[in-house]
Amino acid sequence: MANIFTQWKEGLARTSKAAFGQIATLLGATEISDETWDDLEAIMIQADLGVDTTQDMLFALDERTRREGIIFAKDLRAALKDELRRRLDSPPPLVFSQKPTVILIVGVNGSGKTTTIAKLGKRFTRQGYSVLLGAADTFRAAAVEQLETWAGRLNLPVISGQMGGDSAAVAFDSVQAAITRKTDILLIDTAGRLHTRFNLMEELKKVHRVVGKALPGAPHQVWLVMDATTGQNALQQARAFKEAVKVTGVILAKLDSSARGGMAFAIQKELGLPILFAGLGEKPDDLQPFDPDGFVAGVLE
Amino acid sequence: MFENLTERLENVFKELRRRGKLSEVDVDVAMREVRLALLEADVNYAVVKDFVARVRQRSIGAEVSKALNPGQQVIKIVHEELIATLGQPDRLNLAGPKPRVLMLVGLQGAGKTTAAGKIGRLLRKQGERVMLVACDPYRPAAVKQLQTLGDKLDIPVAYEQGVPPPEMAWRAFDKAQKGGYSVLILDTAGRSQLDDALMKELKAIASRVQVADTLLVVDSMIGQEAVNIAKGFRDSVSLSGLILTKMDGDSRGGAAISIRSVTGVPIKFLATGEGLDAIEIYDPARLASRILGMGDVIGLIEKAETAFDQKEAEKQAQKLMSGDFSLQDFADQLRQLRKMGPLGQLLEMLPGQLGQMAKSVSPQEAEQQLKLTEAIINSMTAEERRRPDILNASRRRRIARGSGTDVQDVNRLMKQFREMQKMMKTIKKTGGRGLPRLFGM
Repeated sequence: MANIFTQWKEGLARTSKAAFGQIATLLGATEISDETWDDLEAIMIQADLGVDTTQDMLFALDERTRREGIIFAKDLRAALKDELRRRLDSPPPLVFSQKPTVILIVGVNGSGKTTTIAKLGKRFTRQGYSVLLGAADTFRAAAVEQLETWAGRLNLPVISGQMGGDSAAVAFDSVQAAITRKTDILLIDTAGRLHTRFNLMEELKKVHRVVGKALPGAPHQVWLVMDATTGQNALQQARAFKEAVKVTGVILAKLDSSARGGMAFAIQKELGLPILFAGLGEKPDDLQPFDPDGFVAGVLE
Repeated sequence: MFENLTERLENVFKELRRRGKLSEVDVDVAMREVRLALLEADVNYAVVKDFVARVRQRSIGAEVSKALNPGQQVIKIVHEELIATLGQPDRLNLAGPKPRVLMLVGLQGAGKTTAAGKIGRLLRKQGERVMLVACDPYRPAAVKQLQTLGDKLDIPVAYEQGVPPPEMAWRAFDKAQKGGYSVLILDTAGRSQLDDALMKELKAIASRVQVADTLLVVDSMIGQEAVNIAKGFRDSVSLSGLILTKMDGDSRGGAAISIRSVTGVPIKFLATGEGLDAIEIYDPARLASRILGMGDVIGLIEKAETAFDQKEAEKQAQKLMSGDFSLQDFADQLRQLRKMGPLGQLLEMLPGQLGQMAKSVSPQEAEQQLKLTEAIINSMTAEERRRPDILNASRRRRIARGSGTDVQDVNRLMKQFREMQKMMKTIKKTGGRGLPRLFGM
């Protein structure tokens, strides 16, 4: 546990440096005033928590202050941390009981899907699973090459399609290959698409369907990769993808940027989707299981 | 999701019937809503604070014009102030000795490489000789991505393996100069503004070649951090323009306000789709409406204007209003509508509730319906189109056969047409009052 926490801290070190001590300065040894509440609001909005979550938090904190008789601003810190933490679930344990377990990776353009897949591949391999990658992003220029390069570096097998080819066909082929090769985990990369593009979302549904035809019950997991710098649109994204392809979990990529990823709270609350992993850097080892405590500390620091 | 600001303010001012000046109390109530709308649009907290203070100042004591209600008056001020903050669109800087160097910078996944391709295509169309330069040796296959785009567009891509980006930029510059190229577009690696080593690399590039335009490429879905990111880049390289990408999504794009407020650099382009031609000069009024959640009404109108033949449209409108509207006119209108582009894209431009509703409509189905309607009308004789009353059962059967539809389809169309005629007559009587409400204005 301590180890995980250190990795988080290292990953977030750059972030923290930028805003270090913000909360400590704001919640000093003074009595709680209107200004304190304004400052709290500013911190939460600027961490991309969104208007609704922020208002909900302020309400809860206000009530708590009265109930517990908190007078000094500095004592709000613990309450704030606690309230935020309560709004996040720990990621559920991942069990890959099916063989192969098929995981479909989806998301908008540029969210970090391909890099995340490489990191997941490395992680699962190290845990002793055999991993196969399916490069089903046949749309974006050189997307297949990008995944192939990663596969080469990490020594992972990959099933690729032709650029401009049928994404669903590649997905189908990779499921069949995973079955034949008795692979434990198949990770399928899909093209980035904005959730508002009707046709592209239909295409994604087709990929989902075809995977289910190749192996009944598949995909067993559908993970949405989301850029941690995303603002309020994150919720619309998550909602649309969940409706289209039954997303089972979210991966927060690029959390090592200066963004704090506060929209995770709304996604958890509104859609009940757990945050599974967080990307904390560009190296293959920089993907870590989501740690709510470390995450909350990152939001506040 | 969000009610749009117009609806909200109308709610706030519902009780307020009187005209005259906006009082301080009215304005404060309105400003609460404006503030929320902007925060929900991802405009930075501190930027919102300043902005609202400015609008409040302007609104108190403002005369409510005869044509508007107080809510609309506030909207008008907010809208104007947003437009002023967003500023006028600016062109690329293509002055100075050739080749002029454009450098694209930004976070990972913002859309730099795609934007490089799009701008390359645009400039080539304007008669420039363009060369793309791959300055991202880090992300796997980033170079290949640019090369693929270059191949598709038939624009050369400069790249040498193992050459660091500043040196690469210089070599490409040299090659471009000798080869008579007029524009060089540098596609740099995605980086966080906090990454010292990579930020130094950008400075190094800018010191090796003279950059005419440094464009910050920003994902329009970005949240509150937009401000710090823009500051970080501005402090390392002198930014001269902004490109907002993925504008075809449903984000409100408030980051544009944040970045403009902080850096003051002009917005040069909006990227609006997957195709390499999906890049636009931005329009401040349209973006302001979008940030306020009012939909791209102006965009819709513009699209209509370019597709519609003005004279034809006027004639149609007159016919419509006079109630003398035949099926032939209806068919003409459908053809005009189809010229405006895919129906799905049009539907997405609708504001607020209408826009939300439109999302639940399958564009394919709507498109299919349109085709069906056209087919039915095309299977009628000229006489039938002029005088639909003569359509008896036998004629209807013939039309159904001719258009590959059922008699029920023909009947349904006739019913719709009748209703439309009736509606037009009502509008004529009421003088069109209540129509603008359709657009939430």
